[in-house]
Amino acid sequence: MISCPECEGAVALAEPPHLNEIVACPECAGELEVVGVDPVALAPAPEVEEDWGE
Amino acid sequence: MPERVRAGVVGASGYIGGELLRLLLGHPHVEVATATSTRLAGRRVDTAHPNLRGVTDLAFVSPESLEPVDVLFLATPHKQTMARMPEFLGLAGQVVDLSADFRLRDPAAFARYYGEPHTAPGLLDGFACGLPELHRKELADADRISVPGCMATAAILALAPAVELIEPDVIVDARTGSSGSGATAGPANTHAERSGALRVFAPTGHRHEAEIAQATGLSVRMTATGVEAVRGVQVLCHVRLVEGVGERDLWRAYRERYAVEPFVRLVAQRRGPHRLPDPKILSGSNFCDVGFATDGQGRATLVAALDNLVKGGAGGAVQSFNVRRGWPERTGLAFPGLHPV
Repeated sequence: MISCPECEGAVALAEPPHLNEIVACPECAGELEVVGVDPVALAPAPEVEEDWGE
Repeated sequence: MPERVRAGVVGASGYIGGELLRLLLGHPHVEVATATSTRLAGRRVDTAHPNLRGVTDLAFVSPESLEPVDVLFLATPHKQTMARMPEFLGLAGQVVDLSADFRLRDPAAFARYYGEPHTAPGLLDGFACGLPELHRKELADADRISVPGCMATAAILALAPAVELIEPDVIVDARTGSSGSGATAGPANTHAERSGALRVFAPTGHRHEAEIAQATGLSVRMTATGVEAVRGVQVLCHVRLVEGVGERDLWRAYRERYAVEPFVRLVAQRRGPHRLPDPKILSGSNFCDVGFATDGQGRATLVAALDNLVKGGAGGAVQSFNVRRGWPERTGLAFPGLHPV
């Protein structure tokens, strides 16, 4: 388990984690990218914004 | 044999009364002994609540024929309930009131928001607030319970975890479905007038302001708008964060507050169509979903949604009564809602 960098929710990773793998936080549903494996590090993955109102 | 208590529902022909009947008829520890209606006395309850066909053979009785029961649930009109409260208290060991009459501790606040003096101010202090998330301990031995208003419930649950993290002036923008205005027909709620409307029926000073302020200690300004839905309330609480507070602090505070609550879910997602609380998926359920979003510049929008007739009314009453009787809070309230609906 590692903390989500956005909401600090617990995120499970494959063992061993793979660089650039995309995972989703179960709490905030944010897409996260594995940006480091030794030590393991997550960062928000780039995403296309939805726009419902314009 | 499980414990069973005899319950009466007063004002059972309205929408809240119908939801009380639906929930109590499915409750393993409750026998619905009587349901009153002035207008429909003598008629079967399924004439007013057709969803209860085949569920019960009960008929409405006149309020004057009420006989003693273990618990009375009052879905009676504001201002009329306080006049009859001494009579109700004499008929049941426990009373759960869903009117507004015993929600405010301060009779002056009642007079200010309801336009007339309270007629039973001496009884106000005897009522516990029927919101288990904030008052579980008092409810455990309360024989008089007053259930908060539907929009107030949503706003209080949205704000409560954040009270120490926000500046004390908040704006609550509430939206509500048409069932919140009751089952009585009038010129404002014909289909032609209501359908498609976004009616700002309380641009300032909605009555639930006082309940939210009482529960949170915050200074509250509230607007309320009637929307196309039949059921559902959504509140957006616009707040300024205390200097240095960020989104992670909100996550921590909401998790800590609601981690073990059976009916409050944290919904603050970054992807998908269901990112923040929406009452659409809560119809018929006792859940209140709460969430938030920040702008990174010191402001946040705290959001909550619920079914106004369930968590904002009948479900909140049954949940509070479950606490009072020591039954698991989910008893009789397990329905998770529908999707799609």
